[in-house]
Amino acid sequence: MELKITATAGTLESSDIQIILEPSDGGIEIELESTVKAQFGEQIEKVIKGTLRSMDVRDAKVTANDKGAIDPVIISRMQTAIYRSAQNTNYKWV
Amino acid sequence: MGRVDKNLLKNIKGFENKKIYDKPYTYLGKNEVKSKSSNLKDHVKRSKIVDSIEEVIKKTGLKDGMTISFGHHFRNGDKTLMLVVEVISKMGIKNIRIASSSLTSGHDGLVEYIKDGTVNRLETSGIRTKLAKAVSEGIMGEHPVVIRSHGGRARAIASGDLKIDVAFLGVPSSDCMGNANGVNGKAPCGALGYAMVDAQYADQVVILTDCLAEYPNYPQSINQTQVDYVVVVEEVGDPKGIMTGATRAVSNPKELLLAKSVVEVMKASGYFVDGFSMQTGSGGAALAVNKFIKDELIKQDIKLGFALGGLTSPMCAMLEEGYVAKILDTQSFDQVAGESLKANENHIEISAEYYASIGTSSAVNKLDFVILSALEIDTDFNVNVISGSDGIIRAASGGHSDTAAMAKVSIIVAPLTRGRIATIIDKVTTLVTPGETIDVVVTDYGTIVNPNRTDLIEKLTKSGIKLITMKKAREIATKLVGIPTPIEFDDQIVAIVEYRDGTVIDVIKKTKTK
Repeated sequence: MELKITATAGTLESSDIQIILEPSDGGIEIELESTVKAQFGEQIEKVIKGTLRSMDVRDAKVTANDKGAIDPVIISRMQTAIYRSAQNTNYKWV
Repeated sequence: MGRVDKNLLKNIKGFENKKIYDKPYTYLGKNEVKSKSSNLKDHVKRSKIVDSIEEVIKKTGLKDGMTISFGHHFRNGDKTLMLVVEVISKMGIKNIRIASSSLTSGHDGLVEYIKDGTVNRLETSGIRTKLAKAVSEGIMGEHPVVIRSHGGRARAIASGDLKIDVAFLGVPSSDCMGNANGVNGKAPCGALGYAMVDAQYADQVVILTDCLAEYPNYPQSINQTQVDYVVVVEEVGDPKGIMTGATRAVSNPKELLLAKSVVEVMKASGYFVDGFSMQTGSGGAALAVNKFIKDELIKQDIKLGFALGGLTSPMCAMLEEGYVAKILDTQSFDQVAGESLKANENHIEISAEYYASIGTSSAVNKLDFVILSALEIDTDFNVNVISGSDGIIRAASGGHSDTAAMAKVSIIVAPLTRGRIATIIDKVTTLVTPGETIDVVVTDYGTIVNPNRTDLIEKLTKSGIKLITMKKAREIATKLVGIPTPIEFDDQIVAIVEYRDGTVIDVIKKTKTK
């Protein structure tokens, strides 16, 4: 999927993650802030990358501000942001 | 020549070495003031007021390397400690040990004075915010911070393990002789339970106040027999940082659910009978317990014998309404508790030694229940309340280990996870309260009873309470949040955790900087 516009999903509430997605032409770039970065930073990046890959997004700038979200929350926020950024409403939630 | 001389005393058994009377003012000691007046009565000290902090520091003879102490009853609003340390620094005194009953965000300014060498050691119940981070990053160098429980500190001071050269005690009101309390004045804080210990045992005691009362000031949490000097300062504490209004009513459904489960455990334990005693912490779920307790007291038509604390408004309301006979209070957490201490004769102020010291028979020995929170609990029931899961110091030991050890039933109440952090883990980051002293852990996924308490397992099971094992709780937590990367530490020890008996139970190491 190709990203077209800047889009966001998620909030800054506890246990949530806010994702800002921007189109890019230089592959995947992730900027992560997290309240649990020391313990889960790598895992969060892994999940973000995995979600992009599963939806075939190859170029994206991801700005993530995590407040302790668990993996399923990160995945769903990422999926929503991707659909919004790609201006695609052909939702296939997995 | 008087009526008595050495030759006379020599012949009276046991009186051979007694001093002989000279003049009525020869041995006035601390009660004497220098005066040129020919009227001897002008030589009697009738006020202990000293004009400035600098002058009082000179009078105490404070020198490099000495120990000064403070109470933390003004909490985040404390102005006293920084005021004194600033003057000490200006006077060029170095390597001071600060023994405060706790340190709060009001003491972040200490970082600067540790850097310039004014302060080189800290002994406290807790450290928070910027100072805690600096300590975790190794600012104390070769002198790790000594962390003690409230009871442990009182024991250390009373036994002489922690010798205080000068106590600087900020109080909301005092008279010119040092009779002081925390219930009057412009920055009332309620009970002065921690400062009372310092006043009793420190070599010299300086009272600082911003509200000079007429003599004799009353009530007298600290009385003039314990006080050497009084200094009037502009502000001892900022009321906004001292007290929250009334402790908020808990509305978080998870906390209410946890509180309800705690009360079910208490009811099933066999100790929930007329005249029982309890203490709750100030965490949300622990506070909500008060509400459900009251409903249950009404239903069973029984009363609480006494409540111990760390007091907040809900328990004070119960005292007012007659559901609890007496309250023993070392520290009033909110404004209502402070006012209750002032107004209700059954709300009794006690020192930290009376509260929880192992060195004496303390009030915790009479506790039936204590309800405590926790940052982390491990599968051996050990509890951490001092360092975060990121390894950085962030809170306080408080009365946790004191009450857990002595109450007939100690109950930890905590959600299984907070955000992405599991509360129940394999090994606590820092050990503060040993698992042997923890009887029950109540979580939102079920209640866990320490296998040692077969009596409680039997009673709770009979009452139909859903019990799970620690192993099961750990599994659920892992399933929810995943497995965190272990935190890495350097070898430098930044803090020593003392157990309430003065033994070293754990150390905190420097967090690895990336």
